[in-house]
Amino acid sequence: MSKKIRNAVIKAATDSTAEISLKINGETVTREVSTRRLLSDFLRHELGLTGSHVGCEHGVCGCCTVIIDGWAGRSCLTLAVQVDGAEVRTVESLAADDGTLHAVQQAFHECHALQCGFCTPGFLMSLVNYFERTPSPDLSEDNIRSVLAGNLCRCTGYQNIVAAVRRAAELLNAEEAKS
Amino acid sequence: MKPPQFEYRRVLTIEDAIGALAENENTAILAGGQSLIPTLNFRLGMPDSLIDISRIPSLSRIELTETEIKIGAMVRQRQVELHDDIKQANPILRETLAHVAHLVIRNRGTLVGSLAHADAAAELPAVLLTCGGRVAVVGPDGERSIAADDFFRFHLTTDLKPNELITAASFPVLPPDAGWAFGEIARRRGDYAIAGVCVILRIDSSGNCTDANLGACGIASRPVRLLEAEQILIGNRLEVDVIGAAGEAAREAVQAPGDNQASLAYRQQVLATLVRRNVARAAARAGAPHE
Repeated sequence: MSKKIRNAVIKAATDSTAEISLKINGETVTREVSTRRLLSDFLRHELGLTGSHVGCEHGVCGCCTVIIDGWAGRSCLTLAVQVDGAEVRTVESLAADDGTLHAVQQAFHECHALQCGFCTPGFLMSLVNYFERTPSPDLSEDNIRSVLAGNLCRCTGYQNIVAAVRRAAELLNAEEAKS
Repeated sequence: MKPPQFEYRRVLTIEDAIGALAENENTAILAGGQSLIPTLNFRLGMPDSLIDISRIPSLSRIELTETEIKIGAMVRQRQVELHDDIKQANPILRETLAHVAHLVIRNRGTLVGSLAHADAAAELPAVLLTCGGRVAVVGPDGERSIAADDFFRFHLTTDLKPNELITAASFPVLPPDAGWAFGEIARRRGDYAIAGVCVILRIDSSGNCTDANLGACGIASRPVRLLEAEQILIGNRLEVDVIGAAGEAAREAVQAPGDNQASLAYRQQVLATLVRRNVARAAARAGAPHE
C-alpha cells in the first residue's frame, strides 16, 4: 500500500455497545450502536440520513439540529443511546412524498434564504419547531434574530433568512386558514 | 471531535444512580448533556463512565410552594423559561434564561446541569447566588442541602463530592413588591457574557432602598455577590448619583484577568454600566406586581 493511503481504520473493538430502538421520521428502527456514537453520526453514517449536517460538533453552528420528542435539539450534543425510545425528525421528513415543500422550506426558496445550503437543514428544523411550539410568534426583527441566533450562516448575511421567517409565518397562517 | 470511550449506564432510580457513582470516582452524570457532551467531544473530560439520569421520573418535577420553586435535575431550561407560574413567583428566571445559550440548547439543557457545570461566566449560578437559593444533594450518607454561596467554589468546581448527585435546585419566591432585573453584555447573542448582573431590591414607602442583593457572573473564578455596591444602595433613595456610586464600587469585584473578550479595564467598565442599568430597571419595577 502506498504511503499516502491510510491503512484500514482499526475498529475500536473495545467500545461498549447498546441496542436502541427509535422512531425516525415515522419509521421504527432498531440498531446496535456504540454508546459513544453521537446522534448526528448515527443519523448520517448508520442510517444514511445525510440531510442533517455536521459543522462544529460542539453545539455552536446549529447545522445538525433535529427534533427530538417534539423539541429541537442538537444531534451533535446528543448520544444515540439517549434517544432510545424517542421520536426523532430530521430535515428529510419535511417535504411531502410528492416533493411539495414544507411551508418553511417554501419560504426559504421564495426569499432566497440560502446560498451554499450547508446550514439550511439546521435553520429549517429550528424554525419548524419554533413555529410548532409558538402559537402566535413575535415577528419583530429583534425576536426573529434571537430565534435565529443559534444557527450560523456564513453566506447570506441573514437578511433573507429573516425575510423567510416572516414569509413562512404567512404561509403557515394561510395553511391553517384553509384547514 | 468525538467522545472518548466510556461505559454508559442508564439508571431508573436515584438509589441506583448513587450506587453507580460509588463504584468509580471518575464518573460523570449525564442529564441534558449540553455542557457534558461538548466537553467529551473536545476530550476535555474523559470519564470512565456516564450515568444517564434522564429516565428517573422524580427528577423531572417542578414544585412550587408559597416560599420556593424547586426544580428537579432533569427539568429543561426551556421548560422553566416557558412556565408561567414560575414567572409569577420569580420572574428573574425567565429574564435570565433568555440569555442562556440559544433556544435550541435550552430545549435540552437542564437548569441544574448548568449549576453543576458551574462555569464562572454562566448566568444561572449567579442568579441562584443572588436569590439565596440552594441545591439539594443525595449521597451514600443521605441528603444534604447546600447554600449557593457554599456550593460554587471555583470555575467548573463545586462543593459536590464525586459520590453525590444533585437532585434539585430551589429558588426563593420573590416578595411581590421586590424589584428585579438581569442583564448582560456579550459579544454575540447566546455567547458567554463579558459580564452579567442580577439585581433584587426592595424600596419602602418613603422611597428608601431597604434590601439589595446584587450578583455577577463572568468577572471572577465563580459567581460573586457585589457586597459593596449593595451597601451603597441600602438605606438610600435610588437616585442617579447613588446608582452611579454603586456601579463604581462594583469595579473592584472584577478579578478575572483580561482575556480574548475584554481587558480588565473594559470588563470593569462593563460591570459598572450593567450595575447602573439593572439597578435602575429593578428600581422601576419595585412596588409593582410582577407583570
